[in-house]
Amino acid sequence: MTISDRPASGSPNASALRVRNLRVGFGHPGGDDAVSGVSFDVATGECLAIVGESGSGKSVTARSILGLAGSTARVRADELSLAGESVLGLSEPAWRRRRGRDVGLVLQDALASLDPLRPIVREIGDSLRLHTDLDPAERTRRVLEVLEAAGLPDPQLYAGRRSGELSGGQRQRALIAAALALDPPVLVADEPTTALDVTVQAQVLGLLERVRARGTAIVLISHDLAVVSRIADRIAVMHDGRIVETGTTNKVLTDPRHPETRRMLAAVPVDKPRFTRLAPATAVRDAGPPPRMTERPAAAAVTAAAPGPPAAIEAIGLAKTFRGPHGSAHQAVHEVSFRLARGSTLGIVGESGSGKTTTARLVLALTAPDAGEVRLLGEPWSALTEKDRRARRPLVGAIYQDVLASFDPRLSVREILQQAVAGPTPARPARTGSRGGAAAVAALLENVGLPSALLERRPAELSGGQRQRVGIARALASRPQVLICDEPVSALDVSVQAQVLDLLDELQRELDLSLLFISHDLGVIQHVSDEVAVMHDGRIVETGTATEVFTAPAHPYTRALLASVPRLV
Amino acid sequence: MAEALTRVPLRFVARRLGGAVFVLWAVATLTFFAVRLIPGDPAEAILGGPGSQTSPEALAAVRAEYGLDQPVFVQYLSQLGRLATGDLGRSYALNMDVGALVLSQLGGTLLLAVLSLAVAWLFALLLATWSTGRGRLARQIGSGLEIIAAALPHFWLATTLIVVFSVWWGVLPPISTADARGLVLPVLTLAIPLAGFLGQVMRESLVAALESPFVLSARARGESERGVLWRHALRHAALPAISLSGWAFGSLISGAVIVETIFARPGLGRSLLNAVTVRDVPVVIGVVMVVALVYILMTILTDVASRLADPRTASIRTGAGG
Repeated sequence: MTISDRPASGSPNASALRVRNLRVGFGHPGGDDAVSGVSFDVATGECLAIVGESGSGKSVTARSILGLAGSTARVRADELSLAGESVLGLSEPAWRRRRGRDVGLVLQDALASLDPLRPIVREIGDSLRLHTDLDPAERTRRVLEVLEAAGLPDPQLYAGRRSGELSGGQRQRALIAAALALDPPVLVADEPTTALDVTVQAQVLGLLERVRARGTAIVLISHDLAVVSRIADRIAVMHDGRIVETGTTNKVLTDPRHPETRRMLAAVPVDKPRFTRLAPATAVRDAGPPPRMTERPAAAAVTAAAPGPPAAIEAIGLAKTFRGPHGSAHQAVHEVSFRLARGSTLGIVGESGSGKTTTARLVLALTAPDAGEVRLLGEPWSALTEKDRRARRPLVGAIYQDVLASFDPRLSVREILQQAVAGPTPARPARTGSRGGAAAVAALLENVGLPSALLERRPAELSGGQRQRVGIARALASRPQVLICDEPVSALDVSVQAQVLDLLDELQRELDLSLLFISHDLGVIQHVSDEVAVMHDGRIVETGTATEVFTAPAHPYTRALLASVPRLV
Repeated sequence: MAEALTRVPLRFVARRLGGAVFVLWAVATLTFFAVRLIPGDPAEAILGGPGSQTSPEALAAVRAEYGLDQPVFVQYLSQLGRLATGDLGRSYALNMDVGALVLSQLGGTLLLAVLSLAVAWLFALLLATWSTGRGRLARQIGSGLEIIAAALPHFWLATTLIVVFSVWWGVLPPISTADARGLVLPVLTLAIPLAGFLGQVMRESLVAALESPFVLSARARGESERGVLWRHALRHAALPAISLSGWAFGSLISGAVIVETIFARPGLGRSLLNAVTVRDVPVVIGVVMVVALVYILMTILTDVASRLADPRTASIRTGAGG
């Protein structure tokens, strides 16, 4: 990009953005404010990370900086200024002249944040059209420069494509390029790397680092302390609409003062050994029996042939190819073999498109393999007909990422669990509920640490963590010996994720479950797994114990993956 | 635009046209055998309709002339042969070529349907854009108007419009005249209920688009409300309405039967009604065939329009992109 280093306007360390006592409320005046009294400064060339869980008010704060908190929002502040000029009470046309020129916004999920019907060259060019009088040819030339500066080589190749035709990393770069087209002095990035694969996430963070080095002030909004620790100069922790702690990145991470900060730090699973609790014990469910810290009964090497007790799940040479509508073929899974030892956890880690979910479906016998076999507890599983398999289906439970979509929205929690307890045969749940059924439902709820007060709620009325607990309870209803977990915590806040991971850990010990745990998140995999299998392009490229894989990775792909994992500094 | 046109590959159009030939054959076959189920002797209908006093000799002569004494299968094949060469046969009642009759009536009905579709789109767009982004009350008013409009039956709406604009107010003629003024009430009768349907789907996707992250991104670039609407949201809002327009056009032509009758307007609809009343079988078949053809062409047109407006459909169906 031809963006020269920012002319040193004003004094060095001049505040590019200054916020004093920002309050934002929705609904009734006098009701609770979503943001109540937030103050911070961001200097040119500085990155301030605002970290908090969902509902903490961090996104509302971010949008208020652009005057985009929404038409129903009441925004008040003692001071709100961009590059030394107050923007409090600006009229809408005055705001429009500043947005994109004085402050840019980057959102999560570029697929939805760039208009899916328009090529990116027009999306990015819009900023230039609105704020400059360049003619269309000059705008296009400038867009190509901005794209190249955002790390898209061969921008001519991509400029005419729409967001749906780009990879996740490419479109996130395009989105950042759109916000940077006019080189605004302040950039607000709201969860810019969430839902990206770790290697792509690392590249996007690198790009933001370069932007900051050019002198742009960055406000980075995130729920993930590990991500922001890589590029933030300072961290502000938000909780319930307030900044509860603020300080340099190093200080906040190493010497957290506020309980909320400590809780968030403890919940990050990266580099936390197996069986350490990530969340404080809740009142509902106490710690349970003391953790069994002894080594597990030698979970035989993953690839070794199997003398001794049969494995919970054994996959031998699985292959699956999907055919496109016009003869195109996509080999999703290729020669995948692994062993899940009884009572242990096998973590399968890989980026999107690596074949993890296809593997899960093959193991669940929801998809038939083209080649290879899955054996369950030493007996045939994928080779059976569905009719023969049905009797053994209760042995295998499954939990998913989008658990809400897996519930019938009209059923209450009680009905969902009653159905699960009754098994697949009865067409309808018994409304009255037999005594045995009610007791089983109560036991399930206790197992997953949910209060019985939630029994009459519907899934949509539960929090994300509660829903996933109901999903786990449902999976446990058939008393399975094997639990397949496909990205079970990916949609959860880090502290809720910590509780769910702790719960799975406890359940595994109490019920002697074997877990096949699939995730894109290396930190989570490292924390929960005894054995790890790394998937890449449909193949397992490396297997071993969690310690082996994470401390001495053998395959170059594993090394690249590990190098990209955001860690607390 | 050149880039846009490549999204509609010739093979796609060719495949659709091949499908159209199959549908026309199916329509011809169905109508041919369905007409046989109408009670009464076609020869009687030719000679003045049922109940007319006709001699057995005259009937036999007519049967021989129209080939009605042949086996059904032979009649079917010869009818298909005629249709394939574009010969729709002769009307029993009017004693003229059905092709010429249909052609002379087609223009009026097409004009009525196309104008109604355009006016319905205009109403739907105006209502959808007015009622979104303006608060709850406007949204409820908009949605209420759409439901009421969609529920109005053509015959009731036509008579009400005549009473209001012709009888009370006296500004528009109650029957269709040659000039443009005569078109206003028939077009309104067809357009208002359709605008209700189109408006409902448009507003739903317009609201979804206005709340989407890409609109927030556009606002963050400094885009104005009008820019958001024209550059982003309306295009998304139009997509489902475009898909619906193929169906809508078919319903407009069937609506034309009622509207042309009420407003005494010449057209395919009225010809069809007259032909059914006097059992003029060749005219019935001819009109049905032409309506089917128009409907098929309109469906192809809306598919092409969908592909132009939404490049994603093209890449999904051809398996490219992604």
